[in-house]
Formats: sequence, structure tokens, C-alpha cells
Amino acid sequence: MIHFFHQLSSPRYFYDVAGRLIPWLVFACVLCMIPGLYLGLVEAPPDYQQGDSYRIIFIHVPAAWMSLFIYMVMAVSGAIGLIWRIKLAEVISIASAPIGASFTFLALATGSLWGKPMWGTWWVWDARLTSELLLLFLYLGVMALYNAIEDRRTAARAAAILAIVGVVNIPIIHYSVEWWNTLHQGPTVTKLDKPSIHLSMLIPLLLMAAAFKLYYAFLVLMRARCEVLRREKNSRWVKSLVGEAT
Amino acid sequence: MNSLSSSRAFGLLLRRDLLLAFRRRSEIANPLIFFVLITSLFPLGIGADAGVLRSIAPGVIWVAALLASLLSLDGMFRSDFEDGSLEQFMLSAHPVSILVMAKVFAHWLVTGVPLLAVSPLLGVLLSIPAEGIGMLMLTLLLGTPVLSLIGAVGVALTVGLRQGGVILSLLVLPLYVPVLIFATDAVGTTVAGIPITAQLYILAAMLVLAISLAPLATAASLRVSLS
Repeated sequence: MIHFFHQLSSPRYFYDVAGRLIPWLVFACVLCMIPGLYLGLVEAPPDYQQGDSYRIIFIHVPAAWMSLFIYMVMAVSGAIGLIWRIKLAEVISIASAPIGASFTFLALATGSLWGKPMWGTWWVWDARLTSELLLLFLYLGVMALYNAIEDRRTAARAAAILAIVGVVNIPIIHYSVEWWNTLHQGPTVTKLDKPSIHLSMLIPLLLMAAAFKLYYAFLVLMRARCEVLRREKNSRWVKSLVGEAT
Repeated sequence: MNSLSSSRAFGLLLRRDLLLAFRRRSEIANPLIFFVLITSLFPLGIGADAGVLRSIAPGVIWVAALLASLLSLDGMFRSDFEDGSLEQFMLSAHPVSILVMAKVFAHWLVTGVPLLAVSPLLGVLLSIPAEGIGMLMLTLLLGTPVLSLIGAVGVALTVGLRQGGVILSLLVLPLYVPVLIFATDAVGTTVAGIPITAQLYILAAMLVLAISLAPLATAASLRVSLS
């Protein structure tokens, strides 16, 4: 097992394994997404209060989960890269940032589209919305820092430190925003009216969450492969690979 | 070098930074003028109604303090980076985090304390009642060191960059949000006549957390930036 991970951390081996893994992940993602979308958009009954407009939940909630999940992946792999100097962890960390930012944006955009019919406004300074917005800013900060530093290894390590500082701050930001909100307005709108969600809605939701996870998995592998090629462009195996291809 | 204790090194570095700052007094004054200027723009933009001003005053003053501290941050490691003394700090026998602590403390004494001193004046300008002004000063006392400490991490990450200033604001401002929230809330609640302790405790907790963790993160960032 340890041997496998040790091998995996070599860029060349990773490139091969990831290349073989990606088609399967795409397949599994489609396999979850199609029934998830069908059950969610067609089979699930309309909500007794929200009608059909609640169906955006099947995109919105998985995207919001992913936005936090990817940040954790980014910070943890960044920390691994910093501590054990594993290049691959740095690559994974930095490849995750734009994907995570996109999911965060998606969660904000779908939330705002959902808010318009439900709350009558595109945006409220609700605790969750605000902390999601700040999460987006944290992602953008990590990406901006990475792009500003020319040397890629230094850039990845700097971005990793920022991501770790962000992780310490995320709970503080989250609770402070929540408290700020409750202090000023009291609870305004809760997202789900019912404490429990009906099974016919829960199954497509979980399927969509799995599909999003798999989508992230193959996307991050694809991005990491490109990044590995770019970093190792002077090594022999990349040259021979490119030589074969052309 | 080894005969020098770390606390002595802290003191020496603090003294050096303060001395450097007092030799360039205009650089101290600029963020302060900026702070006063930004705050005095708000009544001009919003109107001179005392009730409106009083309700927005804590937020206005705190946002202006955030921006002023951001403006002054850029210089924290800049000159040391350019003349190479930062590399000497890295090579010294003392923990980098202690040296960082000295630099941050000097920075706060030079930029945070003047803000603290001017804030009552601005409070009066924006018609905050007297008990609110006391609370404003207390929150600034607890909050501005946190700003300097968190900001130091951002500065350390961007010190070698040409366009460091713009990126710095992007990195640091989201991390400033909790301080802003609790500080303005403490002042607002006091003005409303409700006694508060929770917000102050949380600000103090954030200060303790920042003092204990931020120097370590700053030292790690400096090592990356100088590598």
C-alpha cells in the first residue's frame, strides 16, 4: 500500500495511472448524473410550498458541498506538499483551486436564482450566502497569488500556506457571519422548511452529490496531468511522450 | 550571536524598526491622514444627518481603519527585503517567528496606535455618543493588532512581487471580516445602550489566536518567498 503511494507520487507514474483512471471516473460520473437528474427533475414530486422551483436544489446543494470539500482538499494536499515536499500534492492542491472557485460561484449563482422566486430578492445578507461569498474571495486570493509568482514551485507553496491560513479562518468567518446575522435580524429564512427531506428527493440529491464528486475527481486529475507535463517538460519521459504523439 | 538571547533580539529589532520609522515620519503620517480623509468623506457623500451618521459610524470608522492598515502593511517587510536584511533575519540563530513578532509589534505601534489616538476625534465628527467612543477605542485596541498580525502573513507572501499591493488586499481583506463584524457590533450595541462582553471576549480570543499562530505562518511564508 505504502509502496503504491510512493510510486504514485512520482510524476511519471501518476501521469499514467491518472490517464487510465479518467475514463472510468467519467463513466461513473455520467452513471450517477443521468439517474440523478432524471429522478430529481422528473420523478421527484413538487414541493408542497415551493412547487417546481425547488428542483434547483439538486445542483445548488451539491455545488455548495463541493465548494467546502474542495477547499479542504486544496489545503490538506497543500499541507502535505509543504511538509513532505511531495510535488504531486502541490500539483493537486493548485489544480483544485479553479474548480473549487467554479463550484463556489455555481452555488452562489444557483442560490441567487433560487432566492428570486422564494425570497423575492436575488440576494440577502444571510449568513450562509455571506460566508460562501467570502469563500469565493479566498479561492480567488489563492489563485491570484499562484498566478502572481513566476516560479511554479514557490507559487504552489505560497498558495498552500494561504490555503492553510484560510482553513483556520473558515470556521471563524462562518460563525462570525452567522452570529452577526442573528444578532441583527434574527432568523429570517431557513432553506428547508421541513427538518427531514423526503426519500424521493434525498436519493437524487445524493446521486447528484456523488456525480459532482466524481466530476471533480476526473477534472482535477486532468488538470494535474497537464500541470505535471508542464512542470516536467524538460525531463526525458515527457519529451519521448510528446515525440511519440507527434 | 549565540550569546544574544531571543528576548534581547526581539527588543533590539523592535528598537531598530521604531527608530527607522521615526526617521521617516511622513510615512507614518500618510496612513493616518488617509484614515481621517476616508472617514470625513462619508458625511459628504451620505449627508450630515446626525442620526444616520451615528448608525453607520462604527462601520465607517472600522472600514477606514482596515483600509488604512492595509495601506501601511505593504512597507512592513519591503525595505528589509530590498536591502537584504530579511535574509539575515532568516539566517540568524533566533526563531524567525520571534523576529517577525518584533516587526509586527513595531508596525502596530507605528500605525495602529496613531489610529487609536485619532479615533475619538472621528467618533465625535460622526456624532457617536461618549460611551460608544470608549468602546470604539477598546475595539480598536483589541482589533488593530489582529489586523497587523494577519496582514503580516499576506505581506510575507507577496513581498517579492511587483504588484504585491493589489494582491495583498485580495488575500487579506476576506480574513479581516471577523474582526470587522465583532468590532462594529460591539460599538453599535453599546451605542444602543446594551452592555456587551461577548464581543470583546471574542475579539480578545482572536487576538490571542492571531498572536500565537500568525507569526508562525508569517515565518513560513517568508521562507517560501525568499527561497
